Amino acid sequence: MGRQPVLSFTPRGIYCAAGDFYIDPWRPVDRALITHGHADHARAGHQRYLATPSAAPVLRHRLGDIALETAAFGQTIRIGDAQISFHPAGHVPGSAQIRVEVAGEVWVASGDYKTQDDGLSEAFAPVPCHTFITESTFGLPVFRWAPQADVAAQINGWWRQCRAEGKTAILGAYSLGKAQRLLSMLEPDIGPILTHGAVEGTNRVLRAQGFTLPDTVPVTPDTRAADHPGAMVIAPPSALGSAWARRFGTVSTGFASGWMQLRGVRRRRAADRGFVISDHADWDGLLSAIAATGAERVFVTHGYTEIFARWLAHIGLDAAVVPTEFHGENLDSEALE
Amino acid sequence: MKRFAALFARIDQSTRTTVKVDALADFFREAPEQDRMWTIALFSGRRPKRAVNTTRLREWAAERSGCPLWLFEEAYPVVGDLAETIALILPPARNQSDETLSYWVGYLRAMADRPEAERKQQVLAAWDRLDATERFLFNKLITGGFRIGVSQKLMTRALARATGRPEPELAHRLMGNWTPDTATWHSLIEAEDAGADASRPYPFYLAYQLEAPPETLGPPEAWRAEWKWDGIRAQLVLRAGEHFVWSRGEELMTDRFPELACARDFLPEGTVLDGELVAWDGAAPLSFSALQKRIGRKTVPRKLLAEAPVVLLAYDLLEDAGADLRARPFAERRSRLAELLAPVPDDAPVRLPAQLAVRDWSDLAARRADARAARAEGVMLKRADSPYLSGRKKGDWWKWKLDPLTIDAVMIYAQAGHGRRANLFTDFTFAVRDGADLVPFTKAYSGLTDAEFREITAWVRQNTIERFGPVRRVTPHHVFEIAFEGIQASARHKSGVALRFPRMARWRRDKPLREANTLDDLNAMLRIHG
Repeated sequence: MGRQPVLSFTPRGIYCAAGDFYIDPWRPVDRALITHGHADHARAGHQRYLATPSAAPVLRHRLGDIALETAAFGQTIRIGDAQISFHPAGHVPGSAQIRVEVAGEVWVASGDYKTQDDGLSEAFAPVPCHTFITESTFGLPVFRWAPQADVAAQINGWWRQCRAEGKTAILGAYSLGKAQRLLSMLEPDIGPILTHGAVEGTNRVLRAQGFTLPDTVPVTPDTRAADHPGAMVIAPPSALGSAWARRFGTVSTGFASGWMQLRGVRRRRAADRGFVISDHADWDGLLSAIAATGAERVFVTHGYTEIFARWLAHIGLDAAVVPTEFHGENLDSEALE
Repeated sequence: MKRFAALFARIDQSTRTTVKVDALADFFREAPEQDRMWTIALFSGRRPKRAVNTTRLREWAAERSGCPLWLFEEAYPVVGDLAETIALILPPARNQSDETLSYWVGYLRAMADRPEAERKQQVLAAWDRLDATERFLFNKLITGGFRIGVSQKLMTRALARATGRPEPELAHRLMGNWTPDTATWHSLIEAEDAGADASRPYPFYLAYQLEAPPETLGPPEAWRAEWKWDGIRAQLVLRAGEHFVWSRGEELMTDRFPELACARDFLPEGTVLDGELVAWDGAAPLSFSALQKRIGRKTVPRKLLAEAPVVLLAYDLLEDAGADLRARPFAERRSRLAELLAPVPDDAPVRLPAQLAVRDWSDLAARRADARAARAEGVMLKRADSPYLSGRKKGDWWKWKLDPLTIDAVMIYAQAGHGRRANLFTDFTFAVRDGADLVPFTKAYSGLTDAEFREITAWVRQNTIERFGPVRRVTPHHVFEIAFEGIQASARHKSGVALRFPRMARWRRDKPLREANTLDDLNAMLRIHG
């Protein structure tokens, strides 16, 4: 009889038998280790939660009064027969990969990650392991991200142009992570920055933790475009084109996502501008991250899983697809982040 | 290419027509002449001869990017456009280039006759000198179908803006046989003698579908009616001792329909007829499938010519004795057409179809109900005093088609769409029941809303049983009402039938699988309507 694997894939989520805990489970469990606060990874209903101190405020903000303990990045904790530790995933502020060691064998569940340093999230750090669990949201060689400074220049250029034409710029971005990253890329001297309530809620939490964001003006029912000429508005994608957006008069709409790389998606989205920027790793990022772990075995959880696993096998890794209920950066439904 | 790439970026960044027209008008004012000419050519469907086939392009792009071909082929349906897939998958260019659009067109044309190894080197060298947008456009020049959100109509409007000339005049000037090799900016756009090209047709006038009851059109006396034939819209141009047959898509089809040559024996020079090409059994049109055999053939074997002889059912006269009649009222054009065709013998390939009496609307509605028996697909309504306009315009001409036939079918295969529909499952195969089996009988791509396509896409992802490349076999579960215009026996299809214009009329969420129609139902429709 073979040894029990360090982590196994169950209908409730990724499970560690040695420590009797789950990582980002999607059904209620006794003990859940959470990589980050996005809805498909951090769900309500677990008895106990464990996450990094920098992820904790967002988890409380979103899930309410939960039984939450924290473990600092790099701190090793013993749970049953397993040693666990959290390591930066670079996806959003506070996001982590989770390292699990049982009897000398090391597995890493990476949640969602990006290798590009966004200057706001704790930068991705590769963790040597035997088995690596990866996402593959953008696991095709047509996805390559430009340096963040280039995208910042495009967005600020668009904002200036909107200002010159007397339009309000409305930029759609997910309210946890992407929105704050974009805020950090804006040049505040161009004009006032307005935020939708969902974005501002997360801003407040992150500012209280010590993350530096530019000054923002929350949009209220009384907000009028005339009072904020040349403004940039950051809002969830679903707010673009809604009754909420009508208060801004003549607008130019933008959408910031890795999917904006594809012209077909850009046209379907029908925003005036599409900015290619993602909190997930691009093709080269995924491959360099996997190589840096030294892992010989890789499980692919979400995204272009079959294709990506086939490529990993092609380059000599033992790769397999495991079905999960993670979504990554969702293309057609905007409810998820 | 940088200027053309900048034009593309401006057009591509906006969904607003005014922004696109402004961008193109600026380009037509500022760009070098050859680039202007090629831009007009590309946006009116005139592309350089294909220098490389797409199979080679995929292989070279995959090789250059260090991907196995299977990986390239997996990425292609996600991107949904070959030119774009190549542009994205290639490593960044090491050089750059300030050459113009027409330079690159010339580059491609010069390589067309070179050995393959040389063409490969040329293409790889070009890719290494162009940035991502320029590469995409370069690839589009090769793969053709320059569809990037600019219609010929929009381009013509921009040209009108840039030159100060009326749009209908320019639309007419851009018709016909010219290429940037045979025409100059002056000869195409500015020269007084716009009729220099004897083959040049007129821009077609297109009708809208009548959705409201015909009573909304006012008194019936103001209208003329005729059958709406299911053939190929065409203009027959007789000038300079020659004849030319043009399709609505501005394709010259003269050689495909050699029987029309003898029109020159009956009709005078300086005549342009507008009508419908149909396969003809001597008394009435044959089914569209008979005509279809003729469409793809550039030369026609004698046997086929005998089986499916083609006639032009002429319903409008655009030019008479060399004079443009388009501004004259329809009733007057039609009378003159009748005079012109009166002496033409019965077996001639140009015929005058009868008009339908319009005594009152209910009477005409009753006639329309019999359209299938007359082998027509409905009724055309034309205002008696209407001029012959260009393009699709509301008000004077209406097509009043029969309600389509419908059948409830089960979705069994799904495939992702292209372009704007990339990454969405939009192309489906449908089956009817046959005992415990499901027999596929048609594909359909259109008819659902964007929200419905998104919903079915999520469902397909979760209910895939098997994948064959881009095609997914899904759990037979969803029933759709398929609407179509006609049904024909077909040996080429497993089900034994071929449908005309199938589309999804409704998603029948209320219907379980067992209530979908059967192969027997389909065969019964074939007996009645085939």
